[in-house]
Amino acid sequence: MEGEGTATGRQRRATASQLDQWTVQDQVFKIYGAFASIPRSAQSVILELQRDKHVEYLTRGLQQLGPSFVVLDAKCVLLPSSFDLGFATGSCTQLLYLGNQLTMNWRIMPSTFLAVVRIQMVAMGVDQGRQVAETFALYWIGRRMVAVLWLLMYLFSYSRFFVFRCLILQQRMLQSILLSLWADIKRCRQLIGGQDNLYKFLSRMKDSSGAFRMHDAGEIDVRACYTAISVASILNILDDELAKGVGNYILSCQTYEGGIAGEPGSEAHGGYTFCGLAAMVLINQANSLDLASLIDWVAFRQGVECGFQGRTNKLVDGCYSFWQGGVFALLQRLPAFGGEGFGTSDVEVEWVSDSTSEGDDEDRDSSDDNEALHPEPDQEGHQSSSHSPESSTAVHIHHSRHNQLEPLFHTMALQQYIVLCSQEQEGGFRDKPGKARDYYHTCYCLSGLSVCQYSRSKNENSPPLPTSVLGPYSNLLEPIHPLYNVVSRQYHDAREFFSKY
Amino acid sequence: MNWEEDEEKLLPSQRPEWSDVSPLPQDDGPNPVVPIAYKPEFAETMDYFRAVYRADERSPRALQLTHQAILLNPGNYTVWHFRRLILETLSKDLQQELDYVSKIAEKNSKNYQIWHHRRWLAEKLGPDAAGRELKFTEKILSGDAKNYHAWSHRQWVLQSLGGWDDELEYCHQLLEEDIFNNSAWNQRYFIITKSPLLGGLQAMRESEVKYTVAAILANPENESPWRYLRGLYKDDPKSWIHDPQVSTLCLKVLTSSGTNHVFALSTVLDLLSHGLQPSRELREAVDTLNPNSSSTKDSLGNTICSVLEHADAMRVNYWRWRKSQLIV
Repeated sequence: MEGEGTATGRQRRATASQLDQWTVQDQVFKIYGAFASIPRSAQSVILELQRDKHVEYLTRGLQQLGPSFVVLDAKCVLLPSSFDLGFATGSCTQLLYLGNQLTMNWRIMPSTFLAVVRIQMVAMGVDQGRQVAETFALYWIGRRMVAVLWLLMYLFSYSRFFVFRCLILQQRMLQSILLSLWADIKRCRQLIGGQDNLYKFLSRMKDSSGAFRMHDAGEIDVRACYTAISVASILNILDDELAKGVGNYILSCQTYEGGIAGEPGSEAHGGYTFCGLAAMVLINQANSLDLASLIDWVAFRQGVECGFQGRTNKLVDGCYSFWQGGVFALLQRLPAFGGEGFGTSDVEVEWVSDSTSEGDDEDRDSSDDNEALHPEPDQEGHQSSSHSPESSTAVHIHHSRHNQLEPLFHTMALQQYIVLCSQEQEGGFRDKPGKARDYYHTCYCLSGLSVCQYSRSKNENSPPLPTSVLGPYSNLLEPIHPLYNVVSRQYHDAREFFSKY
Repeated sequence: MNWEEDEEKLLPSQRPEWSDVSPLPQDDGPNPVVPIAYKPEFAETMDYFRAVYRADERSPRALQLTHQAILLNPGNYTVWHFRRLILETLSKDLQQELDYVSKIAEKNSKNYQIWHHRRWLAEKLGPDAAGRELKFTEKILSGDAKNYHAWSHRQWVLQSLGGWDDELEYCHQLLEEDIFNNSAWNQRYFIITKSPLLGGLQAMRESEVKYTVAAILANPENESPWRYLRGLYKDDPKSWIHDPQVSTLCLKVLTSSGTNHVFALSTVLDLLSHGLQPSRELREAVDTLNPNSSSTKDSLGNTICSVLEHADAMRVNYWRWRKSQLIV
């Protein structure tokens, strides 16, 4: 929709879509323009991820949720809202912590998990009529058990630290955490009941069409399919019975545009496209989709603002950094695209040197990683799409086999949008400039950022090159598992835990 | 149900008719972490709700209570679910319930539960409800022409209850107002493929292509009609590459200056990958756009990708990948 129209087009009154788009464009370009005009040193500061502020924002949310959270009205709710919040706050805090930085904030980790489950249960109001989405809480519980072990490991390995701290306080904290964990483990057992109850619940949510309902007599759509399949998968109870018919349903939701809709006939939408593709991957039917048209559709969702929109001709929104960006992360790993799949192999693969020779090419379009992708206004003062990011001027060497590590979207541009337009300096992330921050956007902007940073990594064990990270390398986040949007390490732990169940 | 009465908002504990009920507090487990700081009204209302829900009491007072709970949290699906059970048991007037839901929807047009409730009601009411539901979604769409729930609901109504007669015209009106409204284009596709009053995609193709071409020429930078055009030939690429209207359109767009060429180029690229034999004029038009005149030996597909790497730089990686996928 960007770009000049023909003479006839320009003479017509601008439509609502155009006006909305130009308003947002102007705001975003103002930000980029201002950024480009300040000295390099100041730019580096602005590009920093405000880690501490974000943690502060999230922690405050975890400790006390105000009365307004009964409604949990994140405006862009795709998944059930309470789930969003729990997921959001839990995920974010995870993402923000790398390895040993954790020691100073170890108490956040277990409470994060607990909070997630708590928010889940509590916000549901009553525990009857569970939503399929509630079951996400269960694997979070599983993760927590591992978190305690992890926590203990830290305590022992950093025991020198704690000599200087009040040990009694530590013990009390640990005790209460373990106690509540135990209560929740019991509840977990009840809910899962050797996984029979949960399996039965999921089976009951299955519709004759093959799709899943969100809850008893609830709505059927692609979200529910993803929720059911992904939870069953992580809990290791996904079987042919549960998977039957889901593929056909999701296939029927792929639209003429190439993206996937919530229900057959509806409009192609970023959130549903992610859910649909992820579910298909989990049941090994991704290849039945028209992947070429899906890729084409999602590639065109990244606009001049550098971020992603959810639907054609709609506005950019930070949360689609994950919903749309994550689609690329999934695609990259498909064997059809030369990816290594999603196995739970923990094989350590070094960042191989032969990929860095190709890396010369890879890095070209990110060579301007610290420069703003600065748009130039066209004659009418409206930005056209041709100005977009300074692309590589080097000639691309055509390889007979495309370097499958190359992401198909502009990762630096997306990072730019997230960091400059979505990030709030006081903590948290938002949809777009002018909108208020919330936990949902904080979660999905961070997830999207992680996807960008790791988009050229062969697997999550190889740290990204600095050229993959916009801003200082300290902006680096934990890698997420693109199928579940959880921190990779936690996914492996949970998977392992539940495979023994 | 009288709205004025509801405004009073007397809590259950203050009402004599609830004196026989023991409210059921929320079970937070032994060690609550991060509790939500419920307001007392909320907590009390939900305590009473839990009590009647557990007891499965499907009475008028329980119905009233679900209303209170809904006002406090319209997203609580358990409350809505129980409300439906009560409505059935008490054989309540469902048209009146539609009135009720319409009021709640005024402030909550993006709430899944409300739309789901509406769907349930409409299904129970049958084809007679079609007119009302179409009118209702029209009203929502007049304020937010792309409301996803409204469109889904509208499609469900058409397929389950009927009312197709004026739908194409309605779509056309929306597109007249905003040719960039992708939801309206999507609806158009839905109509021409699903409407029992029309002949199906193939039968409609001719007229739809004309309509779409006109829309494209008016605003070549508008992505929606380009994708719609492609969709008209879904599962029939042969017709697509052989339809002269398509290549003529691309040529027209590519040879006009000051125009966004991206979608035209992309379309030609797709046509080529499906076997289009490009005309000389098409080749020339693309070559004109190519800054690197040295690559005349390249295939047309290669040239297009090179042009797009510069003209559509946001997608530079995508065009490089497309180039690598070309069968030379």
